[in-house]
Amino acid sequence: MTSMKRRTFLKGSVAVGVIGTALGAGLLTPRTVMAAWPKNAFAARTVDAALDALTGSHALEGSDKISIRAPDIAENGAVVPVSVTTDIPNIESITILAEKNANPLTASFVLGKGALGFVSTRIKMGKTSSVIAVVKAGGKLYSTGKEVKVTIGGCGG
Amino acid sequence: MASIKIRAKLDGDTTTVKALISHPMETGQRKNKKTGKKIPAHFIQEVTCEHKGNVVMTALWGPAISKNPYLSFKFKGAAKGDTLKLSWVDNKGKSDSTETQVR
Amino acid sequence: MKRLLTIAATLGLLTVSPVAVQASPQQDLKAFRAYFTKRFPDVPLQDFANGVYAVDKASREQWESIEEFPPYELNIEKGKKLFNTPFKNGKTYASCFPNGGIGIKQNYPYFDTASGQVKTLELEINECRKKNGEKPLKWKKGAIADISAYMAYTSRGKKTNVVIPDDPAAMAAYESGKQHFYAKRGQLNMSCADCHQYNAGNRVRADILSPALGHTTHFPVYRSKWGGLGTIHRRYGGCNKQVRFKPFKAQSEEYRNLEYFHTYMSNGLKLNGPGARK
Repeated sequence: MTSMKRRTFLKGSVAVGVIGTALGAGLLTPRTVMAAWPKNAFAARTVDAALDALTGSHALEGSDKISIRAPDIAENGAVVPVSVTTDIPNIESITILAEKNANPLTASFVLGKGALGFVSTRIKMGKTSSVIAVVKAGGKLYSTGKEVKVTIGGCGG
Repeated sequence: MASIKIRAKLDGDTTTVKALISHPMETGQRKNKKTGKKIPAHFIQEVTCEHKGNVVMTALWGPAISKNPYLSFKFKGAAKGDTLKLSWVDNKGKSDSTETQVR
Repeated sequence: MKRLLTIAATLGLLTVSPVAVQASPQQDLKAFRAYFTKRFPDVPLQDFANGVYAVDKASREQWESIEEFPPYELNIEKGKKLFNTPFKNGKTYASCFPNGGIGIKQNYPYFDTASGQVKTLELEINECRKKNGEKPLKWKKGAIADISAYMAYTSRGKKTNVVIPDDPAAMAAYESGKQHFYAKRGQLNMSCADCHQYNAGNRVRADILSPALGHTTHFPVYRSKWGGLGTIHRRYGGCNKQVRFKPFKAQSEEYRNLEYFHTYMSNGLKLNGPGARK
């Protein structure tokens, strides 16, 4: 993924003009540009607001080409394994949201050249909710969701 | 600092990378049981993987990623013996990186 | 409180349970194993070492996801480093243990006839430190758990081999541990057996109770709930607290005797620590 696309991707969270100049002058490596973390997206309280802040849009097209592997009932809400696989071509990023978390955006994986449509991680879920995977490809947003139940156990300790 | 454990395995033309990072991933909402005060947020914000000068993957994380975070992704274009570099930066500006060979 | 009592009633725990009749440890072990293999006929004996994951498919899948790259791997690495770092006097932990401390955890705990007490691995780790002029480590988590994790890892695959010598003091320690396991305690008036024997496989709210057979093989354990690694005595304390009973101190005689009985009941099962649990 080129530097231009990255800047568009981070639109709204970075002073694009300043960084653009610095990049042009060769003063910043792409890594430093990417270090501008999308603060507003992570602070957003709804899925729509998070996607707007992250990608500039929350228009999602449902897709059956994305599959989410996550437990039906999480053993422990603090560690919920989630994997997202997709074969949608021209993939740019995979974003994982937990709808009912106070801040739904958990992670966004920006895929570089050669990267396949697959990511796996472990997330915290505050309560039973839909885990939503949003795939950005060819400039469009595709999504699917899976409900994960988070329960209260009986054994503390 | 050895906070990253990483494995990169080549199968056909696809390299699968799995990484485990030692990090508290504090949300900033947990309270210290003894003092009652909130433990400040301390979490990894960005993880990058580089191969031959190319950034293969950038993970943008929030505090909702589990403690001692795990990450896996796949990519094409690497050969056995190639070096991969995985780095992370957290909200306090701390960072670490490690290199591994594709097996 | 009321809800917990309702749960207790549902589990049929409010009736009096008989304490196991006096028998030899070998007979106890045979009966213990028979109980669980009969209760869970589809579980191969060695699989009991995987606890809840041996009896519940859904949680097993999640556990297998975690085991792809389990968090305790970080602790094993830390533990190995600590284990190999010399004390101020130049000696290392290897000097205190048979075989340099490698591949020996399956023999713990053991009864030390000389001192007349049960010796656990953690106890001997701190004894080693004391012998070499170092301050003791805290018992339940941190460095001691990391070192124990490394030592447990070197014993993976070895069969639990707790020995009860023909010695009245050893038998008394064993019986004390057995008593603890079967005695009701706490405001909730429950015993270890109430949950982990008579109700193994049943649920307490959303949690499935693990069978006591195979309980000890995976310690020390990385619990998602703790967000870290802890020793078996840390878990004993937690379990005691859950039934509203003031816990004993880690490495107290009570818990060491319990660990002696508890581990003996898993004799023959292969060690698989450190483990990951919810």
